[in-house]
Amino acid sequence: MLARLAAGAARSFGLRPQDDTSFFHMAIDTRAPELFTIGKRLPKIDAWAKVAGTARFVDDIQLPRMAYGRLLRSPHPHARILHVDASKAEAVPGVVAVATGQDLPRMWGIMPTTIDEYPLAVDKVRYVGDPVAAVAALDEETAEAACNLIEVAYEVLEPIMSIEAALDESKPKVHEDKSKRANIMKEVHLEFGDLDKAFAESDLVMEGEYWFEGSNHVPIETHGAVAEWSPDGKVTLWTSTQVVHYIHREVAKVFQLPLSHVRIIAPPVGGGFGGKCDPFAHEAAAILLAKKSGRPVKITLDREEVFYAHRGRHPVKIKLKTGVDAEGNIKALHSRTQLDGGGYASYGIATTFYTGCLIPTTYKTDNFRFDSMRLYTNKPACGPKRGHGSTQPRFAVEVQLDKIAEKLGKDPAELRKQIAIEPWTKTVSGFQITTCGLVETIDRAVEASGWKHKFRQLPFGHGIGIASSAYMSGAGTAIYWNDMPHTGVQMKIDRGGGVAVFCGVADIGQGCDSTLAYIAAEELGIDVSDVRVLSGDSDLTPVDLGSYSSRVTLMAGNACREAAQKLRKLLFEAAAEYLELPVERLAAAWRRIFDIENPDHYIDFDQAVWKAEAKHGTLGSVGSYTPPKNAPDYRGGTVGITPAYSYTTGVVELHVDVDTGQIAIDKAWAAHDLGKALNPVNAEAQIEGCVYMGLAEGLGEEQIFRGGLHKKPSLLDYKIPTFLEMPPIEVILVETDDPNGPYGAKEAGEGPLNPFPPAFANAVYDAIGVRFDKVPITPTDVLKALRRRA
Amino acid sequence: MVERTLIELRVNGETRTVAAPEHRSLLEILREDLNLTGTKHGCELGECGACTVLVDGKPMLSCLLLPGQVLGREIETIEGMAEEGKLHPLQKAFAEFGPVQCGYCIPGILLTAKHLLERTLDPSEREIREALAGNLCRCTGYQKIVDAVQMAARDLRMEAAKDVGALGGRRGEVLRPAASG
Repeated sequence: MLARLAAGAARSFGLRPQDDTSFFHMAIDTRAPELFTIGKRLPKIDAWAKVAGTARFVDDIQLPRMAYGRLLRSPHPHARILHVDASKAEAVPGVVAVATGQDLPRMWGIMPTTIDEYPLAVDKVRYVGDPVAAVAALDEETAEAACNLIEVAYEVLEPIMSIEAALDESKPKVHEDKSKRANIMKEVHLEFGDLDKAFAESDLVMEGEYWFEGSNHVPIETHGAVAEWSPDGKVTLWTSTQVVHYIHREVAKVFQLPLSHVRIIAPPVGGGFGGKCDPFAHEAAAILLAKKSGRPVKITLDREEVFYAHRGRHPVKIKLKTGVDAEGNIKALHSRTQLDGGGYASYGIATTFYTGCLIPTTYKTDNFRFDSMRLYTNKPACGPKRGHGSTQPRFAVEVQLDKIAEKLGKDPAELRKQIAIEPWTKTVSGFQITTCGLVETIDRAVEASGWKHKFRQLPFGHGIGIASSAYMSGAGTAIYWNDMPHTGVQMKIDRGGGVAVFCGVADIGQGCDSTLAYIAAEELGIDVSDVRVLSGDSDLTPVDLGSYSSRVTLMAGNACREAAQKLRKLLFEAAAEYLELPVERLAAAWRRIFDIENPDHYIDFDQAVWKAEAKHGTLGSVGSYTPPKNAPDYRGGTVGITPAYSYTTGVVELHVDVDTGQIAIDKAWAAHDLGKALNPVNAEAQIEGCVYMGLAEGLGEEQIFRGGLHKKPSLLDYKIPTFLEMPPIEVILVETDDPNGPYGAKEAGEGPLNPFPPAFANAVYDAIGVRFDKVPITPTDVLKALRRRA
Repeated sequence: MVERTLIELRVNGETRTVAAPEHRSLLEILREDLNLTGTKHGCELGECGACTVLVDGKPMLSCLLLPGQVLGREIETIEGMAEEGKLHPLQKAFAEFGPVQCGYCIPGILLTAKHLLERTLDPSEREIREALAGNLCRCTGYQKIVDAVQMAARDLRMEAAKDVGALGGRRGEVLRPAASG
């Protein structure tokens, strides 16, 4: 039963006619098909501390002599800073340091090609809330009061508050030197195939204009940072971040310190969703104030500040043209998107690509064009939010498909199956598709939801909708050009058989620390409780690029597996000598290394560790992962590639109260091809969270402004769904065993969001026969539409 | 300098004295003065529920309470939920069945759920959702939290069923407490 079957891993090779062999960079898996830890429903390793209240988040850190900081933020959406006078703040008793933009006049920014911001504004402010100065005091109240005594003289400029205004060349520029024409920050135009010909040959051409409103991530933990500037000139920053490595680089750069003198630590992060992926003003301000005061300084943002710090979902206007033949096969697809980017670039260059380039990864087409443009406006900068840039055009594509199916008299689920992209093919844009369980996700979601008995058959006011999508298991390209691995793991082992895993990932609640522990335990045949994981510490852990683009399970997972296999090799060599067997006869499980043919012939794991340390010296290993170099050969071809795409189908059933316009969701089904569930509980949990966030964007979350002021910068007004608004969620895991993922795993943390805004809108149409072509769909929208019709 | 008052509070069964301004919120006293950082904050405006503690057994928002309002009352924080180092069945179910993602909202949710299960050991899904509607979570979509509360309720029912005296049954008889408690 424990026989190692090399053939088992090779079995599916024959099914992949279109591979190119360079794609298989992973060693062939010669392990037995039985897995002891992977695939089991296990607790997360950090769950115990989190239920006991002992997990230490950043705001829980209290250091001796620590002072507290607050930021002074701009009251104007667009203004030139003429003069800053902080003398009154400095004179306040209890104030230990004051900092302004002039103290750190060096730019930073997450994308090296579009750096356009200062840690604290120097010359201009570009949104209400743009940080201008900071104060540290013995308590937070004093810091806040002193902040308000800082005098800033502004020359108020005309604010750019919409996409239309940003396109107007007569208007002032948000960044005088960063946009060539009007306030256009970035433009991308890419065409594949012959669109004119394909549209001309289409039997049906559908055009639509869609609007996807911006939204905030709303992690329940607000951002925070604690900084310490030691007497030896070294800096330590504990910060609630998803991207330790990138913050490390940016902090070293603006403070002009060697990287080796800067240490960034991510404690457990209380939710991220993309909102903690940029370098933030409070991080630099805490360091600056710590340097000036000689004390550790903590800055924690309040909820209102989080809505202004933002970096969330871009509002996007989408014009979509779809040409299909009489059967509904997509002949041509043309997407034009305009992104309201806010005051700074953030990840915007990537977002601009993502609103186009991920479209053809879901359905077959030979002709595709996208034109995307991101604009600077005087609002809080947008950035990545779960599904980064792919969520908005996916809404348009899926709603438009629903319309096409109706026009052709086809079941929209059947139409999606018919046009689903096939495994082991390339998109028209040259992206490699590996495994693809899209058809199975549609089948399973349709079956579980009772779709066939409900679609267009429910009474008026009740509806059901469907949509599908694809997403990357990690961006195939780092944000700064380099040819090093994207992630690394170090592993050490103690003489009691305990294993420590070191990796630069940040656990933001998605459970990456646990995933690494499961993998180490699986490979070494020990219990998960024997594994400790130290993550997110730039001094102690090897570089991982961070917890974004759904990359960690696949990339850090592969690195961890490699490190564990190397360690296992050392242990097996020692065990083989002791057991007088060839290494090939050994397996590890149950804290033992044993003879496959006679499991009773074994050595205890800790004994094997002693023998291996005696034989090899101190035991340790490293593993790393570099994604396949599979970018198509054109400018921009490196954005959107990934080792493997995940696939999801979502179904939503809801009912509409025709008197109040309220929409209540009855149930949601998510069928997700995640390659392989390393822990089904955690995979389901990620998918459920995606469903929630997607439905929330359908139901009413919106980051909207009046005169530069956020219209609802509190949880009371912004209203994220509570236990009562959320329906039961049924998750269906579809496993396709991707050769690029550890044990076949692909992502599950972002992709499953994408079908839910369009499935929601399609369900509203099924319920009341009105198309909205926008999200959110608010009760006001519903009532207006119903009255128009009446 | 801000004027401070000596405040005596009952927290997790202990009497604690702190010197703090009278306008300091209970949340700040717990976190900053008593170092009970298991109580979290997500808004400090009474909107998110992360700072929920039990006051005389009832869930209340510590960010909206002043020390004067809780003098002499029993305050329970997440640190007091485990008894003699043994996790409450809710804590155990939450660790085992996957509702803990980032975990930031979890202390408030656990305490609110504890209050619910003290009222009924057989809550319906609707009752769980209503009881917890004041606690926001951004990671889970709430599904696994509802499931874990039901698991814990089942554990507590089984424990209660062992205590035959409490239910008035005979030894060996399997009993299920009524929904109304």
